[in-house]
Amino acid sequence: MRSILGRWQTWAGFGIAAVLLFGLAPAVLSDFRLSLFAKFLCFAIVAVGIGLAWGRGGMLVLGQGVFFGLGGYMMGMHLKIADAQIRGNDVPDFMQIAGMKSLPSYWTPFASPAFTLLAIVVVPTAIAAVLGLGVFKRKVKGAYFAILSQALAAALAILLVGQTTLGGSNGLNRFRTFFGFTLNDPVNRRMLYIIAAATLLIVVAVARQLMQSRYGELLVAVRDGEERVRFLGYDPANVKVVAYTVAALFASVAGALFAPIVGFIAPSQVGILPSIAFVIGVAIGGRTTLLGPVLGAIGVAWAQTLFSERFPSEWTYAQGLLFIVVVGFFPAGLAGLGVLFRRRRRPGPGTTDPDQEPETEKVGATA
Amino acid sequence: MTEVADPVAGGNAGMGTQYLEVRGLTVDFDGFKAVNDVDLTLFQGDLRFLIGPNGAGKTTVIDAITGLVTGSGSVNKSGMELVGKKVHQIARLGVGRTFQTASVFEQLSVLQNLDIAAGASRSWWTLLRRRNGVLPVIEEALDTIGLTGLADKPAGVLAHGQKQWLEIGMLLVQNADVLLLDEPVAGMSAEEREETGNLLRRIGSERTVVVVEHDMDFMRAFATSVTVLARGQVVAEGSVAEVQANPKVQEVYLGTAAEGTPDSEGGQ
Repeated sequence: MRSILGRWQTWAGFGIAAVLLFGLAPAVLSDFRLSLFAKFLCFAIVAVGIGLAWGRGGMLVLGQGVFFGLGGYMMGMHLKIADAQIRGNDVPDFMQIAGMKSLPSYWTPFASPAFTLLAIVVVPTAIAAVLGLGVFKRKVKGAYFAILSQALAAALAILLVGQTTLGGSNGLNRFRTFFGFTLNDPVNRRMLYIIAAATLLIVVAVARQLMQSRYGELLVAVRDGEERVRFLGYDPANVKVVAYTVAALFASVAGALFAPIVGFIAPSQVGILPSIAFVIGVAIGGRTTLLGPVLGAIGVAWAQTLFSERFPSEWTYAQGLLFIVVVGFFPAGLAGLGVLFRRRRRPGPGTTDPDQEPETEKVGATA
Repeated sequence: MTEVADPVAGGNAGMGTQYLEVRGLTVDFDGFKAVNDVDLTLFQGDLRFLIGPNGAGKTTVIDAITGLVTGSGSVNKSGMELVGKKVHQIARLGVGRTFQTASVFEQLSVLQNLDIAAGASRSWWTLLRRRNGVLPVIEEALDTIGLTGLADKPAGVLAHGQKQWLEIGMLLVQNADVLLLDEPVAGMSAEEREETGNLLRRIGSERTVVVVEHDMDFMRAFATSVTVLARGQVVAEGSVAEVQANPKVQEVYLGTAAEGTPDSEGGQ
């Protein structure tokens, strides 16, 4: 059996990733680049969840911006209250400008750091569980589910633009501190990067456990034959809702890290476009693998930063084209190309087998 | 394990007390009665073949028993009413089925397919951990269906016949004692048919097996009892010889032979 070897490989993979993320990246990247990389890691955390829900579970989640935004806004609210308290004000700066004298009632619990952290975990999980059960029990799937999830993202973005108590279309920005640490200080920004990197490793470990467990096998079975699974005595809705909820939780945590790292959270991070951008990275990287989504998300975000500076309008087209090419011709993404080449030597019933053992050694390509 | 007996007409070869009693089963598709007032009584140890011309409602009977389509009437499995229950609930009560097209999980290995089939009552705690080793019941099933050597192969690469056997194996580990098989030998070679028939014999003594089939040679070779359906109604029931001698059955087959296409079953 290769299980002992496999276990060793896993630890080695995580070890290499840790060295790259905690040792190499902070050493070679400037503070500015490191912050940028931290932002990419946030997208990668969302991507891991999408890989689980879409790649393994077959649920095309086109509205992860909803959960990303929930996490981001809840964290943002706490940071704004904390900043205001340090300056001795009752309300954050943007509310003062708008002429508000006291905090809206739904803001007040977010003064507590513990409540905020708890809410970042509990709120999206609860929403996803209720929403997921409602949708999956009614056997809504495929394109209908994708459209539904996308409509939610659009609706939330529109709702947020209209909320003056959440900064309207500007969102929440100009955070000065993060749980008491000044965000101007490069050391603290570095700490934020370390938190994002550690979170990514934890999220990958959780996704890996889910994918390799019996649940992971069952999830693939539900993806490939939802009706068949029913005849084996399972309710597929219960299986799907777990992956959907975990994906939502990952997105929320990523949003909560994104807000302090980038310094703002706005409706533009919640709507349809960012939600699709999350999915593009996953598709290009290889949605059915563990690390394909991570590398895809980082790669696309990096390419976007690189090219959109020089060719702002062309990049959008290039991204769209890349998406079409990958989805149309390489449904297993770049991670699937390696598998494809290896299979060339062994012709036969060409199952692309998206259930491959996740390739731990690929962690090495992260930096 | 008790001595394996062959299934017998009327059932009860394994001395069990399990039964499936269908009474007045009717499936109405917008006014078209695909199944009309069907009665069936099956005891454990019977290998019942369900035959009839295309569109007779054979598959629809199975669909109604397993909850895929809603029927009216009564389906009683050893004291439990199945009509009105959901598909996965009926499956958990021990009713398993296969489909005309083999529907195994092609991306998963043979072993994974069986492991999933065996696990409907697993706790979340068990589910969230890795599969460790092979359950004895799965090893036994692999042996019964003759796929032990292919356990780690993806189900997608299996031959057509092997996929059907895997599906039957999945029913065995699922712990189904009522097995409803929809054309299990369609598209099989003569050799595979023979093996499938023997497999059904082996598993049939301790379970109730219903086989929907078009292949009359296969039916004659392995059936212990036969029910003939036509236009949604039971035309005849009995042993192979009795049914073959029944003039109504001959009429049904001759009367509709000119209409339907030979290999598509109506009333989906």
